[in-house]
Amino acid sequence: MVHTFTALGQYLAADVNSGAVHVLDRMGYDLLSKVEGPMGEKCPQELKDQLPQYDPKELDELWEELRGLQEQGLLFSSDDYIDADKAMALPRQAVVKALCLHVSHDCNLRCKYCFASTGDFGTGRKIMSFETAKRAIDWVVQKSGKRRNIEVDFFGGEPLMAMDTVKKTVEYARSLEKEHDKVFRFTITTNGVLLNDENIEYINREMSNVVLSLDGRPSVNDHMRPTVNGKGSYDVIVPKFQKLVAGRGTKDYYARGTFTRENLDFGEDVKHLASLGFRSVSVEPASGPLDDPFAIKEEDLSQVKAEYEKLAGELLGRKDVNFFHFNVDLKQGPCVIKRLRGCGAGCEYVAITPDGDIYPCHQFVGKEEYRMGSVYDGSFDMEISGKFADQNIYTRPACRQCWARFYCSGGCSASNLLVNGDISQSNEVACEMERKRLECAIAMKAIAAGMGETGNTECNNTDCNQCGDCQ
Amino acid sequence: MKHIQTLNGATLKASAAKGGCGECQTSCQSACKTSCTVANQKCENQ
Repeated sequence: MVHTFTALGQYLAADVNSGAVHVLDRMGYDLLSKVEGPMGEKCPQELKDQLPQYDPKELDELWEELRGLQEQGLLFSSDDYIDADKAMALPRQAVVKALCLHVSHDCNLRCKYCFASTGDFGTGRKIMSFETAKRAIDWVVQKSGKRRNIEVDFFGGEPLMAMDTVKKTVEYARSLEKEHDKVFRFTITTNGVLLNDENIEYINREMSNVVLSLDGRPSVNDHMRPTVNGKGSYDVIVPKFQKLVAGRGTKDYYARGTFTRENLDFGEDVKHLASLGFRSVSVEPASGPLDDPFAIKEEDLSQVKAEYEKLAGELLGRKDVNFFHFNVDLKQGPCVIKRLRGCGAGCEYVAITPDGDIYPCHQFVGKEEYRMGSVYDGSFDMEISGKFADQNIYTRPACRQCWARFYCSGGCSASNLLVNGDISQSNEVACEMERKRLECAIAMKAIAAGMGETGNTECNNTDCNQCGDCQ
Repeated sequence: MKHIQTLNGATLKASAAKGGCGECQTSCQSACKTSCTVANQKCENQ
């Protein structure tokens, strides 16, 4: 499968199975877009007839050029990683290596789009005891088998409301590292309200990554992320986040916002976050069921895609901001085995509630039918885990047909469930946004490499055939 | 090459030979908790 596309005025082709990416001229794009591989020896006359604007001899030369790439395994390459029909037999070993530790099912903000029912996941406001966290750590040490790196994300609700549990858990886990030959990487996702000098210093010392929740412009943030008393949170949290980032050195962090149907000009929020001094920025679409008032809908897609393209053009060449979704490593990203089954929810990655209950991921917490077990009795439902282990880019019907499958690795089971009632049935709106982000990211790579034609980076059209202005 | 420049070669095929150690980050956990892009992650073995 070859995906031809235009973005940022570039003509591009991604060979899905090999991972090869090519930058084309307009003629190359026009011809390759019409080719269904594998390519034969000669350019078919019917294709030449469809492209009367080009000299037939030049098309023959171009065909030869494309054929050369095919022979090198860089176009129309076969998918020989796995027998698709045997994909169900991928190992169901459930080696758990990452925990989302819900240390707090309580929150001091009342974000309107919150998927966690304002922090308690519908299960009552609770703080995780150290005893429960300790059992979770013991459990993941045992379940991780020979895997050395273990990730623990302190999550909520708002995890700073459980700072005592956080500190004791880190100390306890560190005490096990040497004996069990493990390396714990801690991360925390916070709304920032309770940040102070002491916990900023602690977070910057102990957490390998920190996610700072902030939606962008003051009006956008304060509308969606009010305090319990209904006041805006922007003025409270921004100075604290800036202080944290200033002391972070080279450690990872993300200023992370959510955009909804109410701010489809979210590129302005990305740029606003950058203007505050945050170099690593992620602004993500709100997810939710079809009747969710904030989640992006099919009818929003043209505007969202145009906004991504506009943002990509504006971020070109900027060194002061790294937008998470335009950050694709074409050369040294994860291996193809990782890419078959991306997120690992329910098998490699699980969420633990304040009561010690285990769920496939944070977004399933509170859905009783997905409760997998408990760290108190060591139970772990392999039937549920197996259902998640079976989710991969060959078993999900939409992924099998999708050019982006090795980049996104199959999407989000929770999102699929919310929208389609089935973890296997892809949320097509989310997929469309993902594909557009990837196209922008690849085009940015091409431009950064100095490839392609001069291009029209001012163009916001998502379909190159919409106009013709740049021919 | 007159009409085509190759930005990236067959890196996926190459990775199949030595991949699968499982030491890399879980993708959703890596930054955003609602996002599944995997191609922006690091390989722990490189």
